Amino acid sequence: MSFLIPCPNCGSRDVNEFAYGGEIAVRPEARPNVRELGSYLYFRRNVAGVQREWWFHRLGCEAWFQAERDTRTNEVLLTERPRASRDEAPPGPEAPALPDTPAV
Amino acid sequence: MRLPPRPQERIDRSRELTFFFEGEPRHGFPGDTVGSALFASGRRVFSRSFKYHRPRGLLCCSGQCPNCLMQVDGVPNVRVCTMPLREGARVRGQNVLGSLDRDVMSVVDKIGGPFTPVGFYYRTMIRPRRAWPLYERFLRNVAGLGKIDRGAGRTRRFDTEHRRVEVLVIGGGRAGIEAARAAAARGEQVVLVDEGLGPGERAAGGSFEVIAPARALGIYEGGLVPVDAGQVLIRFRARRIVVATGAIEQPLVFPGNDLVGVMLPGAVRRLTDEWSLRPGSRAVVIGADERALSVVAELRSAGTEIARVVDLRAESPRRIAAEGKKGRLASVLVDGEGLDCDLLVMSGGRQPAYSLLAQAGARIEYDAGRGVFVPIELPASVEAVGAVAGELPSGATPAATYEGGGKARGKCFVCVCEDVTTKDVRRAIAEGFDSIELAKRYTTVTMGPCQGRLCQLPSVRLYARENGTDEAAIGRTTARPPWAPVSLGLLAGRGHEPARRTSIHERHVQLGARMMWTGAWRRVHSYGDPAGEVRAVHEAVGAIDVSTLGKILVSGPDAAAFLERLYPNRFGDLRPGRIRYSVLGTDAGRIMDDGTIARLDDDRFYVTTTSTGADVVSEWLEWWNAVWGMGVEVVNLTGALAAVNVAGPRARELLGRLTDLDVSNESFSYLDAKQAHVAGVPCLLLRIGFVGELGYELHCSSPYGEYLWSTLLERGADLGLRPFGLEAQRVLRLEKQHILVGQDTDSESNALEAGMPWVVKFDKDEFVGKWALEHVRERGLRERLVGFEMTGWTVPPEGGQIVVDGRPAGRVTSARWSGELRRAIGLAWVPAALAEEDAELAIRVDGRLEQARVRLRPFLDPDGERLRS
Repeated sequence: MSFLIPCPNCGSRDVNEFAYGGEIAVRPEARPNVRELGSYLYFRRNVAGVQREWWFHRLGCEAWFQAERDTRTNEVLLTERPRASRDEAPPGPEAPALPDTPAV
Repeated sequence: MRLPPRPQERIDRSRELTFFFEGEPRHGFPGDTVGSALFASGRRVFSRSFKYHRPRGLLCCSGQCPNCLMQVDGVPNVRVCTMPLREGARVRGQNVLGSLDRDVMSVVDKIGGPFTPVGFYYRTMIRPRRAWPLYERFLRNVAGLGKIDRGAGRTRRFDTEHRRVEVLVIGGGRAGIEAARAAAARGEQVVLVDEGLGPGERAAGGSFEVIAPARALGIYEGGLVPVDAGQVLIRFRARRIVVATGAIEQPLVFPGNDLVGVMLPGAVRRLTDEWSLRPGSRAVVIGADERALSVVAELRSAGTEIARVVDLRAESPRRIAAEGKKGRLASVLVDGEGLDCDLLVMSGGRQPAYSLLAQAGARIEYDAGRGVFVPIELPASVEAVGAVAGELPSGATPAATYEGGGKARGKCFVCVCEDVTTKDVRRAIAEGFDSIELAKRYTTVTMGPCQGRLCQLPSVRLYARENGTDEAAIGRTTARPPWAPVSLGLLAGRGHEPARRTSIHERHVQLGARMMWTGAWRRVHSYGDPAGEVRAVHEAVGAIDVSTLGKILVSGPDAAAFLERLYPNRFGDLRPGRIRYSVLGTDAGRIMDDGTIARLDDDRFYVTTTSTGADVVSEWLEWWNAVWGMGVEVVNLTGALAAVNVAGPRARELLGRLTDLDVSNESFSYLDAKQAHVAGVPCLLLRIGFVGELGYELHCSSPYGEYLWSTLLERGADLGLRPFGLEAQRVLRLEKQHILVGQDTDSESNALEAGMPWVVKFDKDEFVGKWALEHVRERGLRERLVGFEMTGWTVPPEGGQIVVDGRPAGRVTSARWSGELRRAIGLAWVPAALAEEDAELAIRVDGRLEQARVRLRPFLDPDGERLRS
């Protein structure tokens, strides 16, 4: 891994300066059942393509931001500061299929 | 041995350099390489081959092949043909038992054949299994090439440099220089790296920077090109990369093609032109392109007699064989015609050095017209110029091999690095390894030091012929970095181990403390007497440096709501000036950290974390703040603040001497937080009791830490104050059954099973981990973290097994001898059914089972009377 990420605060930097926060998962609104919880906690869409994800500029401005990255090429298409509230959040990714693994 | 001065020679004959080969002095000139100077001194055998220990001499003389690997000044695997000669250099042969000229291991070449077929090490030395240590010792001795100088340690220093550049040109040949010039003329910032000595200042003309000798190791995503510049690894980030790596002369495959005296045309050209050396006295030249055949003129000018020239474009011999005497070339047979010679120049055309382009994502295809693999469809921002792009004069495509029939029984090498013969390849195909990628792994062809430079194309040709297909159908093996060999030291960079020290560190050192690592922190293990330190805390007063605690300020109008939503415990109703403990959980309900939170005022909370959790927790808080978008600011103050915990029955008395604050139990009670001056230092005082006695944590600005510490020690001396370290603290907290996150919990532990249901407020609308903990509550507890005390005197090991019905059913997480209780105590995870007061546990200690009893309440002061006193 050696790609560059344009931090919204600091500009283009080596990926080694950042911590990966995972793809953006949809947190359930109300209490999920065990399978739904397991799905939220452990299952990711893991797309081969453009994915929206969290990054933290650990060795820089120490801010969290969101990025759209093509997981096939590691091309970072866009980065932006997180959108403020749930209402403004981008249309969430489809939830992955429910697993049979218990969550807890 | 040198020819009369020649126009293009690189050597400066006015001065002589002395170096040592196997301890014997030798001479060369400035401009020589170690290899050319050795050649000039009459040396022809430069190395012994990997498997058969056959003598090998200069083949490519340009840093591609493995034939001149030697130890130079203790560094193994140096290609001496390109290593500039230095005064006093100490050069030795490697991979030999004996000497280069008489290598005992060469017996493998004579008799080892039938015993060492391709892949023999996958099939032999397996039985009997008990003999493996013996086999292993033998294999370790014979495998590999050079020997690392274990005494060298960190005598060489390596550094890493990060550079951004607009255009990076790799390769300093004609095409590379032209590309660099053109880019520079457009006003771009250009750096050119070259494996050899580089084009020199004159070519650059000051318009671009040249780094040489320096090898580009690969092209990675984001335009990253690590360049090995000797002692420095330069990580280039280039906007545009121009690859001008040229083409590599390919050997021909015939019996005896590895004999000393068989060379590629480039080697002949360099020896004659650059170092004025005569490569041989009588030569045969067999070549498939003009470039190869043009060395004839050079050889003549150097006084070499030409015995025969075979132009593969005009004639197609069926059989070629080289025969040697004592490993040196003696004669060549071309279709039965014997020719005495001591030099055979062979050339199977030139293969574009496309590896870097392939790594960058270019497609590589076989061009049947030219008989080579060429790069096509380059990725954006990568360019190829010159020979690597396929700009080659056309030549003939040589046959796969020139062996067969006759008496020519000599070994016929496809790969000189790994000693892979045509016989090995045929056998691999017969065994079913019919794809080139499988053949690579099985025969190790292309896996040696040359990384396929000289063996990829010949092995593909041979595969194509043996499988009755063509080269395009066989394809090529994947090109991976590093493209050039690189020392691990260079990749590792400078050896350093960063350590964090508290502002009080020097005082601990003066007190003779034994230090230990906790994460990146250096902390005090003890001041020599942990048991005495524990006693001081119980009986008088102790002081411990807890500056390493994570210290995070959470402020803003939503601060209370934020913490309420994040932590399982309740914080909305926490009054200013009060402290509450909580674990911090994930949405999976797992414990990630713990600590106390003090409310300073309506909008500000002072959050402490474990010493190793500070960064994780601060990132975690920042993340949820980003997710929820609340009006909260999170500031990590860990390094900015020092902290000292003063604990023991006489702690109040000591504190009273140093502050105007009313420290009576009534006005400063347990879990109060106050701000006051202590010894004149502005402090935040937290009355908490991790170690189980009346105690105050004093947090102050780091620069004051040392002064505060010294004053406490001085003014507490008559009260019996002793500084204590982590070991004492571990015993003290264990007596209270206070958990250490990470020691007593792991990534699976939740607060309910860890015995802290009281921090989980299920009646809150929401908190991170609530759902998972609700599910845990509903499914019931499976295991529990409980205290135990041993029936006997043994202290069980941490990690020791709890055994139920002869099976492991739990584990000890902490165990210590408590001098206060005169018993061995600890914490352990046990099946939930055993989590009852007085339940009996069997703990495995050194193979025996020792008895223990469960204790659910703190061993010492179970009602917290001392804490609240």
